[in-house]
Amino acid sequence: MTSHPADMTKDLRDTDLDDPTLDGILARTWETPRGFYGWLATVDHKMVGRRYIVTAFVFLALAGLAALAMRLQLSVPENSLMGPDLYNQLFSMHGTTMMFLFAVPVMEAVAVYLVPLMVGTRNIAFPRLNAFSYWVYLFGGAMIWIAFAFNTGAENGWFSYVPLAGPEFSFGKRSDFWAQMVTFTEVSALAVAVSLIATIFKQRAPGMSLDRIPLFVWAMLVTSFAIMFAMPAVMISSTMLILDRLVGTQFFNPAEGGDPLLWQHLFWFFGHPEVYIIFIPATGMVSAIVPTFCQRPIFGYQALVLALIAIGFLSFGLWVHHMFATGLPQLGESFFTASSMLIAIPSGIQIFCWIATLWLGRPILKTPLLFVLGFIFTFVIGGLTGVMVASVPLDLQVHDTYFVVAHFHYVLIGGAVFPLLSAIYYWFPKISGRMLDERLGRWNFWLAVIGFNAAFFPMHLLGLEGMPRRVYTYPAASGWGEVNLFISLMSVVFAASFAVLGWNVVRSLRHGIVAGPNPWNAGTLEWAAPSPPPPYNFLRIPYASHREPLWNDRDSLPVVSGLRVDARELLSGSLAEATPELRESSVDNSIWPLLAAIATTAAFVGSIFTPSAVVWGGLLAAIPLIAWFWPKGNPEDEE
Amino acid sequence: MSGRAGNVRFVLVVSAPLGLTACNVWQSALDAHGQSAEAVLRQFYGFTALSAGIWLLVIFAMIGALRRRRSLAERLAAPLERRSRPEAFATIAVSTAIGLTAAILIGLTTWSFMTGRTLASLRGRETLTLLVTGDQWWWQVRYEDSQANRTFTTANEIHIPVGQPVKVKLESNDVIHSFWVPSLAGKEDLIPGHQNEIYLKAERPGVYRGQCAEFCGYQHAHMSFLVVADEIPDFEAWRSRQVATAASPTGEEAAAGQRVFLSRGCSICHTVRGTPAGGKVGPDLTHVASRKTVAAGTLPLSRGSLAAWIADPQAIKPGTNMPRVALDPDELNAVVAYVAGLQ
Repeated sequence: MTSHPADMTKDLRDTDLDDPTLDGILARTWETPRGFYGWLATVDHKMVGRRYIVTAFVFLALAGLAALAMRLQLSVPENSLMGPDLYNQLFSMHGTTMMFLFAVPVMEAVAVYLVPLMVGTRNIAFPRLNAFSYWVYLFGGAMIWIAFAFNTGAENGWFSYVPLAGPEFSFGKRSDFWAQMVTFTEVSALAVAVSLIATIFKQRAPGMSLDRIPLFVWAMLVTSFAIMFAMPAVMISSTMLILDRLVGTQFFNPAEGGDPLLWQHLFWFFGHPEVYIIFIPATGMVSAIVPTFCQRPIFGYQALVLALIAIGFLSFGLWVHHMFATGLPQLGESFFTASSMLIAIPSGIQIFCWIATLWLGRPILKTPLLFVLGFIFTFVIGGLTGVMVASVPLDLQVHDTYFVVAHFHYVLIGGAVFPLLSAIYYWFPKISGRMLDERLGRWNFWLAVIGFNAAFFPMHLLGLEGMPRRVYTYPAASGWGEVNLFISLMSVVFAASFAVLGWNVVRSLRHGIVAGPNPWNAGTLEWAAPSPPPPYNFLRIPYASHREPLWNDRDSLPVVSGLRVDARELLSGSLAEATPELRESSVDNSIWPLLAAIATTAAFVGSIFTPSAVVWGGLLAAIPLIAWFWPKGNPEDEE
Repeated sequence: MSGRAGNVRFVLVVSAPLGLTACNVWQSALDAHGQSAEAVLRQFYGFTALSAGIWLLVIFAMIGALRRRRSLAERLAAPLERRSRPEAFATIAVSTAIGLTAAILIGLTTWSFMTGRTLASLRGRETLTLLVTGDQWWWQVRYEDSQANRTFTTANEIHIPVGQPVKVKLESNDVIHSFWVPSLAGKEDLIPGHQNEIYLKAERPGVYRGQCAEFCGYQHAHMSFLVVADEIPDFEAWRSRQVATAASPTGEEAAAGQRVFLSRGCSICHTVRGTPAGGKVGPDLTHVASRKTVAAGTLPLSRGSLAAWIADPQAIKPGTNMPRVALDPDELNAVVAYVAGLQ
C-alpha cells in the first residue's frame, strides 16, 4: 500500500455495509456530476454508450434521407430532378455514412453500453479513452456532413477509388474531407476496440471463465480484434490518398511508378473484414436474444464461439473477391473463390444452431424474436447470393450492378440492421427502464421486413437486366423504369418502419410499462442490474456460477466483496479463468478527453488545408494529452 | 426467359438494317448471345435453383420450430433443464446440415471453376484483336492488324465477326472504367497503368449494348457503346469501309461545314482521316455517321441529335470534356451537314 495516510483512514470496503448505505456511497463515488460540465466530462460507459447509440441513429437517419433522395431521382428514367454532381455526392455520403458513421459505431456503441454489464464490472476499461473516442467520432461525422451542407461532401463513393479520387480528377476539397473523415472514425473505432478487449480480458466477474462468456461478448471480442487488424489498412490508404492530394506524393499515380490497384488492395483488406465487423456483433445479438425467447440455453455454444473466431480469421482472406474484374491472375482469383465459399460454413453453423435452439425451446413471439426471424428470412437470401458472387464467372456478370446492391443490402440490413432492431427492442428496457410498445413493435417489424424485401429483391433482377450501380439516371428505352418506380415506392414503406420505431421510442420513454431489472426472464448478468443501471452498475460484484447465472441462481446471485467503495475501484482477473487478481482503480470524470478530441479535430481538419497543421496540430493536441495523463499520485493497483 | 429472348432476337434481326436497334435492344445478362455469357447464365440458373431450395429448407425448419406442439411438461420446464433425446437429435440434425453445406459448397466451387475453364477456353484462339481505351466518358477502339494499312481507330461502336473469338485489350487514359457487354460476357476493368483483356465470342448476329460498369465520375451513366456482331462478309465489308479515309463533303453546305470544322476548333480534338483534322483528345470522327449513336450511346444518331449535341454538349452530358463552341445557326447547320456526311 503506497497511498496517502488520508486514504488509509477512508479505506472503506463493501464487506460490512448494508445495501442502502452501500448504494448511497457507491452512487456518490461513481456518479456523473449534474449540469453541463458533468455531461461533457463523464466517463460513465452507459452515458457514453447511450450518446454513441443516439448519434449513430442520427447518422442513420441522414444517410437514409440521402437514400430516399436517390430513390426519388431514380424513380423515373431521365429524371431531371438532380444532376450527377448532387447524385454522386448523395450516394457517396450514403455509403460513407452507413459504413463508417452508422454500422460500425452503432455496434461498438451497443457494446460500450452492454459489455461491462454483461461481464459484471463497474465501468469499461480505459474510460477516458472511450469518452475521447466518442467525441472524435462525433466531430468527424459532423465535419463530413457540414462539408456536405457546403457542397463539399464525399463524391467518389465510400470506396473512393483512385485515380478518380486522386489529385488529377477530384478537384476542390471533397475527397480530402472524405479521407480525413475516415481518419477520424478509424481513431475512434480503434480506441473502442482497445477498451473492449481490455474489459473482456481483464474485468470479467469472478467465475466467468472463457466458456461462460456470453456470446455477444465473444462476438465483440472477435470484432475488436478484427478492427485492430483491419482499420490500420484503410488509415494508411486514406493517408496515402491525402498525401498524394496535398503533398504531391505519387503512391497511386502509374505515370510515376505508383499503382491504382494498391489502393484497392489496401481498401478491401480493410473493407471486407469491415463487413464482418458489422455482421459479427449482430450474430452476437441474435445469440443473446434467441435463448431468452426460447427460455433455454443456446444450442451449440462451443460451435458458435468457434464459428465466430473462424469468421474473424476468414474475413481477412476474402478481400480480392471485390477485385475479380481487375485482371488479377486466375489462380489467385480461384483461391479467393474458394475462401469466399468457405466462410459460408461458419455462417451456416450459426444459422443451424439458432434454428436448433428454436426447435428445442419454447419460442415466445415478442418483437425481438420477430426481428430475429426476419433476420434469418432475409439474411439467408443475402448469404446465398453471396455464394453466387463468390464465383468468379458469376461475379464478372453481376459485379457493379444492382444485383450486388441487392446482395449487400440483404447482408447488411438483413444480417445486421434487423438484429440491431431486435437488440433495440430487447435491451431498451435495460437502458431506459421502460418497455417499448409491443403493438407498435409489430407494426415496425412488418413494415421493415415487407418494405425491405419489396424494395431490394427486385434489384437482383435490375442488375441481371444490365443496370449498373452509381448511375444518376438511365434511359427510358432501357425498360428499367417500372421496376425502379416500384422500388422507390417500397423504399418509402421501409423508411416508414423507422418512423414507427422513432415514435415508439419517444412514446415509450414516457409512457412505456416499467420494466424492472429482468423483464424477459433472461439469464445473463446485465439483467441482474436494475433498469436503468445505477452509475456503479452492480451493488456488489456478481459471481458467475454458470453461463446463464440468473437461471442457475434464480433466487439470489452469489456476489464477491472486498472492493473499496469510497474510491472508484473494480476487480481485475485472469484472462482464462477470471480469477480475481487485482483491485484496479478506475479513473474519475475528466474534461480532458473532450479537449483532446477538439485539439485532434483542429489538427485533422487543419491538415485538409495545409500540411503544416500536422505539426502545429500535433503540438496543440499534446497539451490536453499532457494534462490528461498528468500523474496525480493515485494509489497503485493492489493485489 | 426464352420467349423474351426470342422476341429480342427477332427485333434485333428485323431492326438492325434499319439502324433502329439502339432503341429496341438493351443490355441484359439474361439475354445471352455469347459463349461466355451463355455459360455464365447456365451456372446462374443452376445456382439460383439450388439456392432457392436451400432457402426454402431453412425457412421450413424455422417455421416448423415455431409451430411445434409442446407438451405441458416441456412448457413448464425450467430454463436449464435439458432432456437428452431431443438434444441428441438436434446434434445429429445440425451436424448433418453442416456436412451437407460443406458438400454443396465444394460442388458449387467446382462448378464455378468449370465455368471459369469455359471462359478461359477462348484465350489464344482469337482471330481479331482490338485495343479499347477508356476515356471520360467514351470508348476509343483500335483495330489491330499485322498489316499497318488495315489498322484503324473508331469509337463507341465495335463490330465483330460472328462465331469468332475476339480478344479485346483494355487500357485507360484517365480513371478506372469497366468494359461490360452483358449479352456476350462478364466485365473487365480498364485500369491506368495496366493492360487487361477480355474475350468475346458472339454466337448469333445482333447488336449488343455495353456500358461502363465502374464508377468513373460525372457521366458514368452515359458511357455506353454497342457491339455489332456481323456475319463474316458483312464484317469484312464494314472493316474495309472503316479503313478508308473520310468521304469528301458533298454539296455546298457540307463543304462550308468542313471549313467550320477545321477553323472553329473541332479539329483540335477530333481526327477525320484524310483531312487536316488530327486531334487525338476526342473520338475519331472519320466515319461517325456510320455509327448508330452519338456521345457514347447517349443519343440515337440523327441530324437532330448531332445538332443538339454540337450546339450544347453540356446540356446533354453535364461535365463532358467536349466544350460548347459558340456557332451561329448557319455554322451549326453546316457542321451538322458535314458530320452527318461522314459515312
